[in-house]
Amino acid sequence: MTGARIVAEGWGWRHASRRSPALRGVDFTIEAGERVLLLGPSGAGKSTLLAAMAGVLGGADEGDESGRITVDGTPASELRGRASLVLQDPQANTILSRIGDDVAFGCENLRIPREEIWRRVDSALGAVGLQYPLGRSTTQLSGGERQRLALAGVLAMQPGLLLLDEPTANLDPDGITEVRETVDRTVATTGTTLIVVEHRVDAWYDVIDRIIVLEPGGGVLADGAKETVIAQHGDALAARGVWIPGHPISLDRAPNPGDVLLQASEVAVGFGDTVVQQGVDLSVRAGESLVVTGENGAGKTTFVRALAGLTPPMTGSVTAERGFAPTRSPHPYRWRSRDLLTRIGTVFQQPEHQFVSASVREELAVGPRVAKLRNADAVVDRLLESLRLTHLAEAHPFTLSGGEQRRLSVATVLATAPKVLVLDEPTFGQDRTTWRELALMIAEHVESGGAAVSVTHDEQFIRLLGDARLHLTKRVPHGGMLR
Amino acid sequence: MKWVDRLNPVMPFFAAMLYSIPMLTSIDIVSASVALAIWLLLFFCAGIGPRTIVRRTWPLLVAAPVSGISMLLYAKPGGETYFTWWLINITDNSIELSSAIVVRVLAIGIPTLVALVGVDPTRLADALAQVVRLPSRFVLGALAGTRLFSVLADDWRSLSGARRARGLGDHGVARRWFTMAFALLVAAIRRGSLLATAMEARAFGAGDRTWARPSTVSWRDWTVVVLALGVAAFAIGVAVATGTYRLVGSQ
Repeated sequence: MTGARIVAEGWGWRHASRRSPALRGVDFTIEAGERVLLLGPSGAGKSTLLAAMAGVLGGADEGDESGRITVDGTPASELRGRASLVLQDPQANTILSRIGDDVAFGCENLRIPREEIWRRVDSALGAVGLQYPLGRSTTQLSGGERQRLALAGVLAMQPGLLLLDEPTANLDPDGITEVRETVDRTVATTGTTLIVVEHRVDAWYDVIDRIIVLEPGGGVLADGAKETVIAQHGDALAARGVWIPGHPISLDRAPNPGDVLLQASEVAVGFGDTVVQQGVDLSVRAGESLVVTGENGAGKTTFVRALAGLTPPMTGSVTAERGFAPTRSPHPYRWRSRDLLTRIGTVFQQPEHQFVSASVREELAVGPRVAKLRNADAVVDRLLESLRLTHLAEAHPFTLSGGEQRRLSVATVLATAPKVLVLDEPTFGQDRTTWRELALMIAEHVESGGAAVSVTHDEQFIRLLGDARLHLTKRVPHGGMLR
Repeated sequence: MKWVDRLNPVMPFFAAMLYSIPMLTSIDIVSASVALAIWLLLFFCAGIGPRTIVRRTWPLLVAAPVSGISMLLYAKPGGETYFTWWLINITDNSIELSSAIVVRVLAIGIPTLVALVGVDPTRLADALAQVVRLPSRFVLGALAGTRLFSVLADDWRSLSGARRARGLGDHGVARRWFTMAFALLVAAIRRGSLLATAMEARAFGAGDRTWARPSTVSWRDWTVVVLALGVAAFAIGVAVATGTYRLVGSQ
């Protein structure tokens, strides 16, 4: 099997719903076996270009195409199985409910004979290091395992071109290493051409040789050996939100822990009858930013939801200190939903889950209205201003970009000025610009006497905002969960 | 794996159809009782215990008496009258009819549900595509979609937690449910279109494909079909012989 050669000539694309093109006049040639990183600020059309090379961009009803992209001389959309694509969201990459079936899926579509399929399934699973029985359910896999399964699924198709769309953006550090090493190893043995989209350059820098930088609404801004491109454009790219090695973010802050606001003792959490985590003790202090770390499946999200009064702990207790708790009860789970607003605010991992209104302005006003705050309008205006969302005040929250949604979800919580801020993976998949804004917001909240509890995998976040740290380790669940 | 679980998943469908049609022509109590008794005996011989039967058929065990009661109260009066109030008439006729209905619902429903509930979706999809030859696009699309249910259940948990966190958990259950349903719909559409892209990226969608898992019909499957027909024929035969057969619609 040999790598594919890709040629883009004056290529462009305009989404059917947009007035101006996402990309225009893109020219490049990628030789067989090259390893390329595709860079560009948010909205530069990186994923669109990747989808075009995979031949899954859709027909004329999805948008207008100009110029052409060919894989080995044939238009990308006319090829089947020569190019293969792995998406960012691990859940989206899992197609069937058993590991073996999922890997076999692509081969079946390529009309590979049955005996050959199962041979390829075995060797692909071996190549990505997933040593599970073929009949094992895919629901139990971690994010990193899921992405490796997706890799196995496309490797079994023996493609000439491997396209990865932010394959590690949703993974913990172990997962990132797992996936990157797997890709590095398999590309080396198969000679496949590799094209990766990823705004965290450091995660993939060692694997790739060449960088192509895209300009939003335009064509290719820079193209060359990785060292050259980073040296010439690194600063400009970092300023526009791309994570470039050697451009760390710094925050000027001095933690000043004060009184305990919330106390968790001997807390156990889980789903149904299954205990995911137990025996957790924790003090949440005013003026302190606390991070909760640990591998996927260690119960971090479930634990902070109990801490935030959204679900009751299975055993043990979460207690708010006198003066902080409402008269009703010291246990946040027993508070009214309204009592939480000014006390404990929760930012969910998926911003869309917490939107309840039809416009950004309405969304920000929900909390202040329920909490019966005076000058609610002034609060909303100030937040719109400080989050640079004023021009989007009337937009529907679901139509915002990922970074805008994240900023809005934090702002809706800050609107009622809760004393304790609980955040679930606030910086996941965010570009450098949004990351910095989020970190500043959290730092400011803590500076002014609030407390923050953040679930995170992000090393930089831990370094800057980890005044205290709770590390949870995965325990083997008892009960009949393993099938 | 039990013997019945090795059957090709579409054949019990076929058998259930062939069995149900003759069984639906009559509402006498004899043929229904005979069929039900034979099935319970057969299930016992096949190693399907009462626990499995109850687990797979419980909605039916609830529904059958309900339909029986309505028949008891409102069926066309006939014979001696025991109780009457407004539209309610409990008579010889309604008692006979209601017990016949209950037994018949069970006689048709129990074997059908025991055979069909708990069928593995992957095996069913394989059979629908390879044995029944439904379009693979449709069958595999639906199969991949079933995997999204558990993901959407997690989404729903987050949505309800988020409502509480945002101060909306105290009042307005109906309104809250509506906004959550809308948000879930948006999430489902987004996940669905991503899934479609992932499937397309693995060369799904155009023309023929091969099948990694064969789905074939064996003598076992035909045995079940013949058995189902045989039970129906025997049960109706007994009813005709004893003179209780009562064709639906006739007096």
